[in-house]
Amino acid sequence: MEVLEQGIGKLFTDPDADKAREFFRTKSRSMDNKLMTLKDAIAKYVHDGDYLAIGGFGAIRTSTAACHEILRQGRKKLAFCGHTSTHDFQILSSGKCFNRLDIAYIIGLEARGLSAVARKYMQSGDVEVTEWTNYCLSARLKAATMGVSFVPIRNIMGTDTFKYSGAKKIKCPFTGQYYVLMPALYPDVSVIHVHEADVYGNSRIRGITISDLDLARASKHLIITAERIVSTETFRDEPTYTSIPFYLADAVCEVPFGGYPGNMPYEYFSDEEHLREWLQTERDAEAFEKFLEKNIYSCKTHFDYIQKNGGMEKMSKLRAKELMVNNSAE
Amino acid sequence: MADYNAMEMMICIAARELEDRSTVGVGTGAPCAAAMLSQKTCSPNLIIMFEAGGIAPLLPEMPISVGDSRTTWKAVMASGMCEIMETACRGMLDYTFLGGAQIDMYGNLNSTRIGDDHQKPKVRFPGSGGANDFASFAWRMMVMTPQDAKRFVEKVSYITTPGWLEGGDSRAKSGLPLNAGPYKIITNMAVMDFEPESRRMRIISVNHGYSENDVLDNCGFELLKASKIVETAPPSDEELRILREEVDPLKLVIGR
Repeated sequence: MEVLEQGIGKLFTDPDADKAREFFRTKSRSMDNKLMTLKDAIAKYVHDGDYLAIGGFGAIRTSTAACHEILRQGRKKLAFCGHTSTHDFQILSSGKCFNRLDIAYIIGLEARGLSAVARKYMQSGDVEVTEWTNYCLSARLKAATMGVSFVPIRNIMGTDTFKYSGAKKIKCPFTGQYYVLMPALYPDVSVIHVHEADVYGNSRIRGITISDLDLARASKHLIITAERIVSTETFRDEPTYTSIPFYLADAVCEVPFGGYPGNMPYEYFSDEEHLREWLQTERDAEAFEKFLEKNIYSCKTHFDYIQKNGGMEKMSKLRAKELMVNNSAE
Repeated sequence: MADYNAMEMMICIAARELEDRSTVGVGTGAPCAAAMLSQKTCSPNLIIMFEAGGIAPLLPEMPISVGDSRTTWKAVMASGMCEIMETACRGMLDYTFLGGAQIDMYGNLNSTRIGDDHQKPKVRFPGSGGANDFASFAWRMMVMTPQDAKRFVEKVSYITTPGWLEGGDSRAKSGLPLNAGPYKIITNMAVMDFEPESRRMRIISVNHGYSENDVLDNCGFELLKASKIVETAPPSDEELRILREEVDPLKLVIGR
């Protein structure tokens, strides 16, 4: 198959399916108890220079807790997957944790506005970027999930998004139509926040899955952060509802409200007040340093962060907002 | 005549463009308001899809994110990105609404950067997100945006999202799905479509309170004109009432 055109963007991971198979051959199939603290999980599985992806999307079911821990442990020079990455991108930019980036959507927090810190970092020239779209990144994860080195799709042709991507354009040997090939993306490590997991890593996600079913399968290492740890019988009684089977997971961490201040479907809505505070405080470097110290660096765990931002009372309000019920007792 | 602002007018005009029993891929803000208004007026069976996976929700209020819980409120399915984009690529997405920092005469959109150094841009914007995907696949792509010569430019700094590319048959030749592309551009001043041969932007109606010259003066490239330019039907009292009372009572979008 002849390559007709190709993007000039770099690939930050190797799409080779046989090399990936060699890795997955060594991955444990053992049903071991993988419960650990988030601190230990990040220390063990997220290393400087790794390619990192965070599950969820647009501050929905994103593992805020993991992003904070990555800052606390001072990870640097990561490559990162910016797949409508909003509040997680804002946090990781605040710690300048990455220097290579696959971009679909960054900097913005959708209807809430743009992150000044993330924008400044992206305009500094310190981050090497390759452009994609949300579907491109989903398709790249899909290819990895399938165990193949690329999949053909039909977007981005004729645009600068193609020019600055790492994709290649070919002609279909069956029909003569043109396609762009999306190279498989096998992240070194990803963190996915789920509703329920057992100690082995069997997990359930409720609501939209975005690209997480593929992300879980494409990633070499997977850290699960869960709202709740449940019994294995929960899965064995209703296997229909399992989103992620245990052998994909390397670590399981119980982190209630681990997506806060984002939205966790059916659990709690986003804390818009606190997200606004992030966006506003960022504009003043000194104030923002104090803000990060208070909300991230001086926190031992996610519980400290929750405590500093309204604790259970706030969580209860966000739960009512999520379920659209009026819980005010006045 | 009813009193309304530019945003309210654009949303009302956009809502009428969505046919009943069709599908629309929307983002947050004005596009979502237009789709909701359309459901409550001309197109009660309009199917709203969100790129993150929400399918046909009964939206109780405006979502803040294209994936937040409202996008699956009483939905028929909570799916994922591939489900939505595969559905669109298969040919089952009729409409989408997009926007950008810049748009050219062929409807190409820039939401990536200003400045030429890609690794160190003068101004960096969020990028495509799902915009390029929706614009590549949806049969009819529409844009709602203020009319402004800084936005309607001769040449965009970067084509994030395809319009008719370089016009003529260039889009078809590029390999993007056939017969899909920009359909209508709705601004505070006018409604434009694209001339079928050259695929250049063309004024088809001018909004109440504006003249053809206002439109031309606020566009950075030469606009074509339809053989007969009419006045855009202004928002009706009923459309405005529903928009204000039911779609966006908190004025999150129409208050801008």
